[in-house]
Amino acid sequence: MAQVAKSSTRKSTPVRIVGKTKPVKAADLKTHESPAAVAGRHSFAPTRGTPLIEMRNISIAFGGIKAVDHASIDLFPGEVVGLLGHNGAGKSTLIKVLSGAYLRDAGQIFVDGKEITIANPRDAKAQGIETIYQTLALADNVDAAANLYLGRELKTRLGTLDDAAMESETRKVMFRLNPNFRRFKEPVSKLSGGQRQSVAIARAIHFNARILIMDEPTAALGPQETAQVGALIKQLKAEGIGIFLISHDLHDVFDLADRLVVMKNGKVVGTANTKDVTHDEVLGMIIAGKCPKGAIPGPGATRDGV
Amino acid sequence: MPRIKFSEATLSTPSPASQTPALEHESVVTKFFRATEIDARMLGMIAALLLVWAIFDVWSGIISHDDGLLGGAFLTPRNLWTLLVQTSSIAVMSTGMVLLIVMRQIDLSVGSMLSLIAVGTAVLQVYQLAPALGVGHPAIWVLGVAACLALGTLIGAFNGFLVAYAKIPAFIVTLGGLIAYSGIAFLLAKGETVAPMDQTFEVFGGGIQASWLGPFWSWILAAAACCTIAYAVVNGRRQRIRFNFPLRPVWAEAFLIAIGSFAVLGTTWVMNSYPWPQGVMEDYAKTHNLVIPAGVENRDGSAICMAGEQVVHCLNGLMHYTGFSLPALIAIGVCLGMTFIATRTSFGRYVYATGGNPEAAELAGINTKWLTVKVFALMGFLVGVSSIISSARLNAATNALGQTNELYVIAATVIGGTSLAGGVGTIYGAMIGALVMQSIVSGMSLLNLPAASQNMVVGGVLVLAVYLDQQYRRRLK
Ligand SMILES: Nc1ncnc2c1ncn2[C@@H]1O[C@H](COP(=O)(O)OP(=O)(O)OP(=O)(O)O)[C@@H](O)[C@H]1O
Ligand SMILES: [Mg+2]
Repeated sequence: MAQVAKSSTRKSTPVRIVGKTKPVKAADLKTHESPAAVAGRHSFAPTRGTPLIEMRNISIAFGGIKAVDHASIDLFPGEVVGLLGHNGAGKSTLIKVLSGAYLRDAGQIFVDGKEITIANPRDAKAQGIETIYQTLALADNVDAAANLYLGRELKTRLGTLDDAAMESETRKVMFRLNPNFRRFKEPVSKLSGGQRQSVAIARAIHFNARILIMDEPTAALGPQETAQVGALIKQLKAEGIGIFLISHDLHDVFDLADRLVVMKNGKVVGTANTKDVTHDEVLGMIIAGKCPKGAIPGPGATRDGV
Repeated sequence: MPRIKFSEATLSTPSPASQTPALEHESVVTKFFRATEIDARMLGMIAALLLVWAIFDVWSGIISHDDGLLGGAFLTPRNLWTLLVQTSSIAVMSTGMVLLIVMRQIDLSVGSMLSLIAVGTAVLQVYQLAPALGVGHPAIWVLGVAACLALGTLIGAFNGFLVAYAKIPAFIVTLGGLIAYSGIAFLLAKGETVAPMDQTFEVFGGGIQASWLGPFWSWILAAAACCTIAYAVVNGRRQRIRFNFPLRPVWAEAFLIAIGSFAVLGTTWVMNSYPWPQGVMEDYAKTHNLVIPAGVENRDGSAICMAGEQVVHCLNGLMHYTGFSLPALIAIGVCLGMTFIATRTSFGRYVYATGGNPEAAELAGINTKWLTVKVFALMGFLVGVSSIISSARLNAATNALGQTNELYVIAATVIGGTSLAGGVGTIYGAMIGALVMQSIVSGMSLLNLPAASQNMVVGGVLVLAVYLDQQYRRRLK
């Protein structure tokens, strides 16, 4: 494993190999490398302990297209992992496997070191995995409160919907994300793109998420709202929540993420601590699949990049 | 509960009151609708219904004068009472169709399903239970009713299973059902009419004295309904106060209670003005050893003991009024129950959310497949209810009993404002839609217009209603 040795700082410690260069037998993976040691020398604390989430060798194909090809990523409590890649790289598809939207063709998912099956979104939610989808996934014909609480409505003592309580709570969350938001009685189809995005974010953070997946959460937001989401991510991180952040905005990712994972054509190009790489190096990873010194290459790295 | 803690500073004033900024110069009409929060579309539908009624009354009055409100035969207690009974079966099924269409599904098989259920359970009643238990045994009607409901739920769930899990489009599954179920019904009935039904079972049809509530209990029921309306309004206001939401002005709340009570009491008054039909009255006199006094028959031939234009109380107890009939009460009850399910339960919420965006509903953790099965099963259950009403009303079951019902049910649903694109529709809309359609059908037969032209008009109204509804929605945007 030459690529590991290249990084002298990590030489002595077992390293979490994020993108395996060749398929690894399941037996090899059964015993987990002592995770406490992994982050030993890194200045950011969050990656200590068992990973919240570990996805190993995930593959999924649509028809002939290998949307995700033996991708492995992980996430530690209180850590923000940025997921980068060109359009169609497979970022959304990979996290949709985690959120239960897609059934993987191969690979394993571990939560807190235990292998679990995620066959549908309910399984993922039961593990505390909340997702803000790129498409927002809102029911357009009902209002913000109904969307926020969809699938876990507040009930009155009689077991009927407590719409007033739900609206009241929604007002509080939305005020925090988007203070100018007033249109609580309208179906979300009547809202602006940014307002809709705020509703989707509110839904993901309102329930006790342990793992938050944010697929381009600020794509439609204005500068003020984007800043608010940034602050929110930092707060959630401080609370020990693990966050996958997909974004095309390198500045955002560098600002918020502890680590970043770059994908290209469904494969992981490499993983790096944010502070070990430069913008240009990351751009090289995204565009050319070139893995720089500071990063651990994955199966998607071009040969000469190693 | 919520994981994000809000610092007091950020929470300070979400000022909910500013949500509906009152415009400085709004018209009285806009102000009225804003204050009462009445759905303008519902009002439009009711207006259309009243217009249809007025046209038929005037038209029939021109042909021959009668004692309807506008001088015709349509707006008479007798006709309106019958209209309710005739509408009930279609209305019950259309409430289920609302949820299906809202969920982007459809059930074309309800008519055939109705025939199948009716024939199947009639065979059970007439050929199995009656000989086994003896005619008139109380278990017969209980088992008959239970069998209708169970069979309906089962067939509906079967449809739903094929749609949700075998992933066959609902249109195809239920088109198959439309053809197949009536075939099974024909086989079961061997092409014959299965009759007569159990005597008690007949109560559900509204054709016999036992299925009429009578004026006293009708008034009691109406009073209870008025109290419920008032309670609902007051309770709603209390909820808004609890969460510091904007309130309706007091006059608007009072108006809602008044208009609701007026509708309830008015309907009850009409129902209570319909006297027993002559045949029933004669039977009643015979069994009670009463002498029918010589009087002049009422113009519509239903009331006896009339002299000229005056009601003559010739003998105590010889002027009886029907009040609400059981099928009408069932339809009203189903309407209320289904409205509750659609708007107050998470099941209903899921149906609407799934119709709005099926993928989003699934991603939100809703088991949309199982939900689909449940909605189809509910549809089947309601078809079971309607099959009870229809076969009891006819006091027989044939394989043609529910023929073309699916068209009327879907038409009623769509006329009532349910969008075939999914996600939009109301139960009360479908009820009004069913009333509009039945009004046209029975109004035209009142005018002795041939059935063919009835179909023409109903079809035209269906298309026109959808056109108007779309225009209305476009203007809202
Ligand atoms: N449901 C699907 N059916 C068929 N192909 C799909 C489906 N979802 C994704 N794909 C394909 O998988 C590949 C990866 O798509 P994905 O949405 O994961 O990209 P992405 O990295 O999220 O891109 P973007 O930055 O544009 O959001 C693409 O080639 C896409 O066409
Ligand atoms: Mg994407």
